[in-house]
Amino acid sequence: MPATAALAQAGPAPAAIPPAPPPSFGTLALRWYRLNQGRLRATAIGIISLIAFLLVWHLLTTYRVVFFVRFTNVPSPLAVYASFVKAIHDPKFLMHILLSCRRIFIGFSLAAVVGVPLGLIMGRFKLVHEIIFPVAEVLRLIPAIAWVPMAIMLWPTNEQSIVFITFLGSFFPILVNTLHGMSLVDPVLVRAAQCLGARERSIFREVYFPASLPHIFTGLTVGMGVAWVSLIAAEMISGQYGIGYFTWEAYSLVQYADIALGMIAIGVLGLGSSLLIRGAGHLVMPWRSTR
Amino acid sequence: MSEMLASEAKGHIDVKNFSLSYDSIEGPVQAVTDTQIHVKPGEFVSIVGPSGCGKSTLLNAVAGFLTPTTGIVTVDGERVNGPSAERGMVFQQYSLFPWKTVRENVEFGLKMRGMPRSQRERAARTLLGLAGLEAFEKHYPEKLSGGMKQRVGIVRALATGPKVLLLDEPFGALDAQTRVIMQQILTNMWQRLKISVLFVTHDIDEAIFLSDRVYCMTARPGSIKAEIPIPLERPRQQSMMMSSEFLALRRGLMSLIREESLKAMGGEINDMGMQGLNIELHGHSLADVI
Repeated sequence: MPATAALAQAGPAPAAIPPAPPPSFGTLALRWYRLNQGRLRATAIGIISLIAFLLVWHLLTTYRVVFFVRFTNVPSPLAVYASFVKAIHDPKFLMHILLSCRRIFIGFSLAAVVGVPLGLIMGRFKLVHEIIFPVAEVLRLIPAIAWVPMAIMLWPTNEQSIVFITFLGSFFPILVNTLHGMSLVDPVLVRAAQCLGARERSIFREVYFPASLPHIFTGLTVGMGVAWVSLIAAEMISGQYGIGYFTWEAYSLVQYADIALGMIAIGVLGLGSSLLIRGAGHLVMPWRSTR
Repeated sequence: MSEMLASEAKGHIDVKNFSLSYDSIEGPVQAVTDTQIHVKPGEFVSIVGPSGCGKSTLLNAVAGFLTPTTGIVTVDGERVNGPSAERGMVFQQYSLFPWKTVRENVEFGLKMRGMPRSQRERAARTLLGLAGLEAFEKHYPEKLSGGMKQRVGIVRALATGPKVLLLDEPFGALDAQTRVIMQQILTNMWQRLKISVLFVTHDIDEAIFLSDRVYCMTARPGSIKAEIPIPLERPRQQSMMMSSEFLALRRGLMSLIREESLKAMGGEINDMGMQGLNIELHGHSLADVI
């Protein structure tokens, strides 16, 4: 043993540090925990807060609390769950949901297909802006719900007027945000493109459009929210189907658990559609999602 | 690539009887007046001057972003009217497209010219390699340091093989060490490509270190106050900045600029009631003190 020790000492200085042994599962888990501590904490608190909400709801309804607000007739979470289990086996409930989704899809898509290009063109060409902006500015302030009677007069079928209301609700946020994005395009980027030989059309496609995308997506997200608000209102007033109509009908038929079920379904659908838009945003703007 | 590393120098910039004014509520404002400058093919020329003297205005006119009120700007005998890929430009603000990767940024000019994808990818890779940036080709600009962003900016401006490279205080936002490295890189690229460079800066050392010739501008309305040849030999080394020759040039330029800065600030100093300083400083004029 002493011989090898002496040999090791006499030998040349170690050239390279020996590779570190692979970390054990324990250290890896600990590291992962440290790196994700903040997110884990947020998730845990979020879950606790949701449970607390359900618990408070349960207590308020079980003891039929009356304290300014009356919980006498409000359904308990368990009653709502029971009506949910019944509803998912009921093709009629699914049809309500599907119809609402279809209306949102058509109305919102139309709004995006018209609103985004119009905003881009208005942002680029002063004359178009000067012509359209004053009209848009007035119409924008009219809530989509106020359009219901007018929509019923304008369109031959109820279905079309509901889609029209949905379209109107999402159109203006999309238009206004696209315009805003266009107004914030950094002029230095435009000049850089010009110096590299870009002509008007290329500048539009390669600079103005991608530069406005973050704001366009803000517009789409806001627009989607307003689309749901407008849709539900329109369905409650003039619909025959749809989740908004379902919720209103539940009230008329004294199906209190279904009221809450309808509300929750609307919330979940709204959340789902805004997540879809956020996902699309990440796909379209990879340079932002790596942040 | 081979055409880019051409052996023939190109890019003769000629600015004649140039003046530029713009309208304001108080009437027309003269930004630059009666200015002549020229840059010989392959020459590196800087413009220095007090802030607000119109040196960037002049550069923007050569780029084609501004139209002279009087006078004419030509490059290789052709009148400048509007920006073009023949005159590459590097801006003070980082002007990379955030939605394009480093390589896509460099490719942009070639794409505008209609070069097929595979060809321009190869060209961009080669250029990025020259600038030592090949490892970052897939990064988005946001991830890069300021020095790297400006390096990509220079490579992008050079990718289309312009006759002239215009730089508007490109290293103004960088720290001192990065700045020195960037100056070396710029010099290297300029010597390889043999194009003319017009460089605007307020940093006197930078102007002397980089240039063959330096124009010093007067305070607003800007015009050329002096034209100083820089006879320092090339390639230039960092150590030259301590040489007596360099320091003499520096001293000369400094006093020229100080005069103009004082002229530009004179009004403000009067406004602040600092004229009295002359008395308190026992006869020394304000110019001696500042």
